[in-house]
Amino acid sequence: MEGTALIETWGLSKDYGRLRAVDDLNLRLEPGEVFGFLGPNGAGKSTTLLMLLGLTRPSEGKARVCGLDPVREARKIKELVGYLPENVGFYGDLTAEESLQFVADLNGIARSEARDRVQEVLETVGLTRDEDARGKPVGTFSRGMKQRLGIAEVLIKEPRLLFLDEPTLGLDPEGARRIIELIQTLNREHGITVLLSSHHLHQVQKISDRVGIMIQGKLVAVGSIDELAEERFGVDQETVNLEEIYMKFFHEVQP
Amino acid sequence: MKGMLAVYRKELADHFGSNRFVILFALIAMVSFITAYMAGMSLRENLEGIAKPRFVFLMLFNTTGALFSLVQFVAFFGPLVGLVLGFDAINRERAHGTLIKLVSQPIYRDAVINGKFLAGVTTVSIMLVSIVLVVSGFGLTLLGMVPGIEEIGRLVLYLVISVFYISFWLGIAILFSILFRSIPTSALASVALWIFLSFFVSLGAEILAGAVAPVDSLQETRREDVIRNARIRERISLCSPMTLYSRASAILIDPMRNTPRAMVLMGPRERISASRFESPLPLSQSVLVIYPHLVALIAVTLICFSVSYVVFMSQEIRT
Repeated sequence: MEGTALIETWGLSKDYGRLRAVDDLNLRLEPGEVFGFLGPNGAGKSTTLLMLLGLTRPSEGKARVCGLDPVREARKIKELVGYLPENVGFYGDLTAEESLQFVADLNGIARSEARDRVQEVLETVGLTRDEDARGKPVGTFSRGMKQRLGIAEVLIKEPRLLFLDEPTLGLDPEGARRIIELIQTLNREHGITVLLSSHHLHQVQKISDRVGIMIQGKLVAVGSIDELAEERFGVDQETVNLEEIYMKFFHEVQP
Repeated sequence: MKGMLAVYRKELADHFGSNRFVILFALIAMVSFITAYMAGMSLRENLEGIAKPRFVFLMLFNTTGALFSLVQFVAFFGPLVGLVLGFDAINRERAHGTLIKLVSQPIYRDAVINGKFLAGVTTVSIMLVSIVLVVSGFGLTLLGMVPGIEEIGRLVLYLVISVFYISFWLGIAILFSILFRSIPTSALASVALWIFLSFFVSLGAEILAGAVAPVDSLQETRREDVIRNARIRERISLCSPMTLYSRASAILIDPMRNTPRAMVLMGPRERISASRFESPLPLSQSVLVIYPHLVALIAVTLICFSVSYVVFMSQEIRT
């Protein structure tokens, strides 16, 4: 698998009735990269993630995730891919440990092994240091703590690939900074490939190796920020930032 | 299997820890104990000085106290337990954003609905068995009688059909929790169907039978019309799971049902005295009599769950 793409799609499309949510998506993600997946609300980013996980059947096209077919091998893909949805929910009456134990049970991790892994991932996301998190129900957690717990839940299966859908949504600047640092750590120290969908362009610029811009279901641009800056402005990213690049593409498609 | 077990364990813990279930269980247990106590006291009074009939222990379950018997009470209020356990099974997960988290784990999607249904059935079973055991304990103390093998067999069968009956309502509630995204809507739809099937079907049966084969109490009616009227009423009434269950449980718990016993109205004391000279149905015959009811109850429960299963599996997952 080393050296081959972790995600590949060929003409992937999804229709909801008469609405084409994703249109002819051709995407390739290499192992070890952080890929920023950008686009306005309703652009089709979340639908793409659902198709890649095998939760939604594509209307056209095909995809391979970790070398597997999402339509026929969804369960195997979900063993390898951790997915943090936008507005992830929690069982408010469980503690962080109990939540993680439940997710470990769903992943078929033996209880003896899960106990150590729970402590490990809580340490990774910084929830063991947080006094407020100890033995308290998740319902009493702050938004930032919940997001970190959400990441801990996807890490418990030791994934090769992470899909993070708006992980910093609704967080204060300090909370968002901690999440971004955590994503960097997971990528650099644990070698996890990350597909990050976000509206916070400065955060995406900070950690992404490449970005893809999706508007009205179409992937209108893909490449490193340097490449996109060069392509549209003829300058490097020191001079223009990702927000300007994004707005340029956005206004081209939606004048 | 691992996914279903995890969901099952979580649901079971949720049911037993939820305030609404504890309150409903406490209410049903309390009414059951009061009903059984009143029935026991009334039986003890009426049995004084006479030889005890063969199935006196079962009378604890079918003797009407001040208001109703235990069997009637379960037939009437048992569905509420099923509805309470299931009306928000799926739409609560959807509203709280936990459904997407569940299905993005490496489990088959049906593990969610199977785990939830089985946890509900287990909860209902534990509740019914504990109520029957406590009421039996009352019986031992109040009547000083030990149940015979046949009585125990009848009680076990009664528990089985009661579990299927309440599971039917659980299935209905889960189906509505899949169909309706709003929790109050699914709760309302479940209660509306319960009211319709429990009260209006028999009323509708009477109206329809009266329209098709009118029976006038003031005028002389042909015998054929009376029979036709009764048959139509009977057939339509059997569309209600409550009627199916009530008939089946009454025949099981009262072995004198469907026997050629005296057609005259009697008080409890006379009834007990007369029962010594009547021949009750053996358990095997009672099972034969209720067999169609039992099959129909199991069938509607399975159909209801299958519909929920198919609808859930075919729904698009969206964030």
